[in-house]
Amino acid sequence: MDLQSQIIQYLATGLTLGSIYAMVGLGFTIIYNATGIINLAQGEFVMFGGLIMVFFTTTLGLPMFVSFFITLALTTAIGMIYELLFIRHPSKKKAPMMTLLIITVAVSIFFRGIAMFIWGKDPYSLPHFSSAKPIIIGGAAILPQVFWILGLSLLAVILMNLFFNRTITGKAMSACSVNRVAASLVGIDASKMVLLSFALSATLGALAGASITPIALMEYDRGPMLALKGFCAAVLGGLGFGTGAVVAGFLLGLIESFTTGFISSGFKDATALIILILVLFIKPSGIFGSADVGKIKKI
Amino acid sequence: MGKNNYLKLLVMAAVIAVVPLIVSGDYHLSILVFMGINCMVVVGLSLLMGYAGQISLGHAAFFGIGAYSTGVLTTHFGLSIYSAFVCGILFSSLVAVIIGIPALRLKGHYLAIATLGIGEIIYIIFNEMVDLTGGPSGLSNIPAFHIGGYPFTHSIQYYYLVWGTLWVILWFSLNLIHSRVGRALKAMHGSEVAASAMGINLSAYKIQVFVLSAVYASIAGSIYAHFVSFIAPNNFALMNSIMFILMGVVGGLHNIFGAIMGAALMTFLPEYLRVFKEFDILIYGAILLAILLFMPEGFLEGIPMLYRKYFKRGDA
Amino acid sequence: MSNKILSKVSLITAYTICFCLSLTGPAMAQEPIKIGFVASITGGASFLGQPEKDTALMVQEWINKEGGVKGVPVQIIIEDSKSDPSQAVLATKKLIESDKVVAIIGSSTSGESMAMAPICEAAKIPMISMAAAMQIVTPADEYKRIVGTFESPRVQRPWIFKTPQTDTSAVEAIYAFMKKKGITKVGIVTVSDGFGSSGRNELKRMAPKYDINLVADEVYGPKDADMTAQLTKIKTSGAQAVINWSVGPTQVIVTKNWKALAMGMPLYQSHGFGSKQNIELAGGSAEGVIAPLGRLVAWNKLLTTHPQYKVLSRYATEYVKRTKAEVSTFGGHGYDAIYMTIDALKAVGPDKTKVRDFLENNIKNWPGTGGVFNMSAADHTGLDLNAFEMIQVEKGDWALAK
Repeated sequence: MDLQSQIIQYLATGLTLGSIYAMVGLGFTIIYNATGIINLAQGEFVMFGGLIMVFFTTTLGLPMFVSFFITLALTTAIGMIYELLFIRHPSKKKAPMMTLLIITVAVSIFFRGIAMFIWGKDPYSLPHFSSAKPIIIGGAAILPQVFWILGLSLLAVILMNLFFNRTITGKAMSACSVNRVAASLVGIDASKMVLLSFALSATLGALAGASITPIALMEYDRGPMLALKGFCAAVLGGLGFGTGAVVAGFLLGLIESFTTGFISSGFKDATALIILILVLFIKPSGIFGSADVGKIKKI
Repeated sequence: MGKNNYLKLLVMAAVIAVVPLIVSGDYHLSILVFMGINCMVVVGLSLLMGYAGQISLGHAAFFGIGAYSTGVLTTHFGLSIYSAFVCGILFSSLVAVIIGIPALRLKGHYLAIATLGIGEIIYIIFNEMVDLTGGPSGLSNIPAFHIGGYPFTHSIQYYYLVWGTLWVILWFSLNLIHSRVGRALKAMHGSEVAASAMGINLSAYKIQVFVLSAVYASIAGSIYAHFVSFIAPNNFALMNSIMFILMGVVGGLHNIFGAIMGAALMTFLPEYLRVFKEFDILIYGAILLAILLFMPEGFLEGIPMLYRKYFKRGDA
Repeated sequence: MSNKILSKVSLITAYTICFCLSLTGPAMAQEPIKIGFVASITGGASFLGQPEKDTALMVQEWINKEGGVKGVPVQIIIEDSKSDPSQAVLATKKLIESDKVVAIIGSSTSGESMAMAPICEAAKIPMISMAAAMQIVTPADEYKRIVGTFESPRVQRPWIFKTPQTDTSAVEAIYAFMKKKGITKVGIVTVSDGFGSSGRNELKRMAPKYDINLVADEVYGPKDADMTAQLTKIKTSGAQAVINWSVGPTQVIVTKNWKALAMGMPLYQSHGFGSKQNIELAGGSAEGVIAPLGRLVAWNKLLTTHPQYKVLSRYATEYVKRTKAEVSTFGGHGYDAIYMTIDALKAVGPDKTKVRDFLENNIKNWPGTGGVFNMSAADHTGLDLNAFEMIQVEKGDWALAK
């Protein structure tokens, strides 16, 4: 396999992984912007997205198109219940940041327990959204599912951008994250915005989960690893800067893939982490952030 | 240190001495040994997070450095346990300083992420340095702890070793809290700007506390290695770091004895939940959530608070 | 002040209550013979421990229905190690001290078994592990001696036994098969956990014995989602075959990636592949995959005269009927361990030392689910590469490989 084909192959893998990290990173950012909380249960939304879709497609036998949207809806509902049950109360009591962080960890454990209860510890698969036959591009074999993953992620990013910058609700959410008091003074219901942020995050996670399962399967404890990488993406891109998180997510996926290909597969995770650490030490606001942007917290 | 604390230390010493008379059997004492080991790490975290106001999401790495240093040095290089322990402490301190200097310049979420990332990197190093650490398959046949050539054969010996050391650590930490250093830390926690305006060298204190907490974790890890005789990188991963923090938060980070309570509770709970078999994870998660939601200041402060709220009606 | 004393008192009270509660237990009418069973029922290795637990419960029923051990009922006390060596240690101590079992079976993973072994040795109680690593039964210096060579150990830890085949045997089965096919250049891709890294060690150690040259050595993590990059590297390395060593979903992901990449070389899996579920999850990409599997997986393809046939057919059919799940080789390890112990108890009674001696000396030509066992003082595993059958996936089912 010549160098050009290799590069295209690694590119495909990198972008596939990258879009998952991008979705998780974006989800992190939305919640962080609205609440200041880092949601370490973010990976569980991905997990639920995959497993719930498996339930509707495989167990109930619904057409994939239908189960896809039901999955998004249900996972969004889970996100909202999560906020109402576990975040609203402590937030009101002004619990310290560390406690809220730990609550999200406890929720992650709890969600995994529920998933294990329902689906067991087995992995599950989904049929490919279209064809399972790889397309040969420049000597590299790329599955059509990869294009679904990329396409859906980019669509999600564009929709998010439009939402936050062009709709009233979206702008209200941005306003909330900049200054909650000022926002409520102009009539924005801050707690509704928080609820919405969790809902959107969950939807993004579900999208990632449902689209990756045909290639990578899904099981009850996939969440934490994805959360870690998505979290890295969010920080790398500049915590609070949504588009930065997305770009950083793709970058992270590419770094992993090319490190595996050209350096060593043993150190692929370490490479991404080392880059993260270096960025933090040298420029904590991330690759695309600046101190001001960090404060503005935009998508 | 205050009469109160001296009294508590005394009571604690008495309890430590007396418990083995009530509780016998290797199994029950083993639970206490694990509890004590966890307590050591959490006390360090309590100093770092509760008093100095910093965060470390990667503390299991120091636990691991202590465990692997003593494990590797005794099995591969035949060093004596005491030298290996000391090497572990030195090595942990060194790593803590190297990490601490750049990392502690960060604040809040950034510090959390940096420590998380470093914890992960150290975990990967444990996993990859197969020739030294045994890699994912782990390091086995770590010799038992011994005093003057007599190896420990029963948990009760480890019990006294762990709780004795923990008692010394507590004594030292309480002294620290009630000294100039402790007051500087509290000032720092309250407001870094104000503290540094008063002439407190923020970074020096932060690094010192960070190193101290790393040393505590290292000692705990070294004892753990000799007690279980087998260690693998899985015991020192992100989940473990988070568990330690969970113990601290559940017990209450602002009080060192809270750390002990949290570690005790969370070491105990899984044993007690054994009877529920597979549902124990669900119940465990539920209990944790309940504590975090209704007693965000931790168990130690939470119980009296609930008592006051529900039983002492009509109080001012 | 009173708050602080209150909390201290409440701590001590709660603590004491908890302990007292944990110390009580029911008194039994006729003292059954107790066997301790530690398995990773929850946690990362639960795919091992869950079938082992189900097997233990099923076998306990069978044994007691058939009269127990000379009329005395058998009680298998099952403890969950949660895939954690510290918990495995605690569970073992509890079983030895509180429950006073006559033998310990467990645990499901090599790491936990390594932590449990010194305790059983000190307590002089026989331990049969359901995990595969050679180090479990081989003393440290003996293991160090053979590490650079492709020898087998000559000395074993007196009190420790195990029922799974050592991964060395699986590796040898693959290499012997490859040698017959004339394959000399191989690429390996392994997962970075205990199972994978142990397999990787053996793959590297045994290669020279079969004139095999490893031209690529790639790794991935247990929760990784895509191994295309690693396989791409192997594709370019000049390998004639690729071996994957992992258990869990990554086996399936590698299979799918292999198929999608059209690598042009056969894919060999480890003995962890032996589950129909893997074929289903791979959705057709597993056609042609070859693996060394214990005969439990393809028991219905054996001749009824095969020494293992009776054991396998009974276990497989009853297990599937009872659990509605596929039969599992891991459960089989539990089955073998329990029945070896029962045979020992029936022959020599509940004496720990005598049971140990029986296990070491009298398990000869013993048909189990994992193979036909021949234990000896130099071999506490009792199986070699003949415990495996080279199986190929054909039309979505198992078939003997050609």
